[in-house]
Amino acid sequence: MRVHLHPQRRVVELSGRRTVAALLRELGVLPGTAMVIRRDTLLLDTETVEDGDEVEVRHVISGGAA
Amino acid sequence: MKCVRCRTRAEVYLRAHNAAFCRTCYVPWFRRQVERTIAASAMCTREDHILVAVSGGKDSLALWDTLAALGYRTTGLYVAQGIGAYSERSRRAVEAFARGQGLPLRVHDLEADGLAIPTVAATTHRPPCSACGTLKRHAFDRAARDSDADVLATGHNLDDEAARLLGNLLRWQIAHLGRQQPVLEPRHPAQVRKIRPLALLSEYETAAYAFLRGIEYVVDECPHAAGATQLLYKEALNRIEADSPGTKLAFVREFFRGARALFADGSSSGDGPPETCTRCGMPAYDGRCARCRLLETVARRSDPHAA
Repeated sequence: MRVHLHPQRRVVELSGRRTVAALLRELGVLPGTAMVIRRDTLLLDTETVEDGDEVEVRHVISGGAA
Repeated sequence: MKCVRCRTRAEVYLRAHNAAFCRTCYVPWFRRQVERTIAASAMCTREDHILVAVSGGKDSLALWDTLAALGYRTTGLYVAQGIGAYSERSRRAVEAFARGQGLPLRVHDLEADGLAIPTVAATTHRPPCSACGTLKRHAFDRAARDSDADVLATGHNLDDEAARLLGNLLRWQIAHLGRQQPVLEPRHPAQVRKIRPLALLSEYETAAYAFLRGIEYVVDECPHAAGATQLLYKEALNRIEADSPGTKLAFVREFFRGARALFADGSSSGDGPPETCTRCGMPAYDGRCARCRLLETVARRSDPHAA
């Protein structure tokens, strides 16, 4: 599967079936700090992603504002 | 996992609330939370004209969308910071949103004032975020005064409030703790009430709302934000939240409900009401406001023979 990381604009290729929670752990992303999107749908931590999927991991944490 | 309301497939699971929602039920849930926060602090009424400070990011656009959907009379305010391609993308996102929703928008261009953030930071040697904060606060106050707005709304979310609270506590900033609240009454005739209706909604919750509403917000971070202390505090809080869901919400909500009052004593609040800037008429503490002092410093350093 191809995982697009935003806003880092990085693409990671992974193979094998895993839960969204496992995918985020693998990428070092804390729960609740990113949305996982597949085909314009938000995925829950318990759902699975697999080979052939195009997935976006979009971080939601912003900072630096006064 | 099923939606707690309609039992169809859920798209959002909120660990802090132990509740899952489908996209149809999530949007009204989110708006109800905003309405509750507004009511709990008597932030504004539907008779008020609300100026919504929008950056092009998820929080401010989600806030503007929600307030408009709830029937509030709103005008957007975008402050163009002059930060290259980032500012251009942000401005396009805000203008596209306003156009799509048919909502009025005011734009204040710092570059036109000679105060683009990179220029100010370079000439005054101040951190960009600090200069940006000073100039944005001034622009917000001035736009509110000039547009006859009753209230100024900003998109600060739960994570922003929790990070600020942690920072204030770590350094025992008593005066800052006393002033940290989701509604700030004006302290000067040129100011209006400032409100933070998203103060109890997390970044994930506002991002999910923006996504499910199809709002095209700017995902990129400001290039100056990397390494900001606020991000360190947010990460620490999110590590705690991962093992103990609901901690951030309890931390901030209970502070607003009770603990803040312990720090709100007038004797510890430091400064009195502001004076009036002799140059621009906005609030000031030392004859001139922070923005006019910055303007003078930039002019002096850019041309030592001027000023």
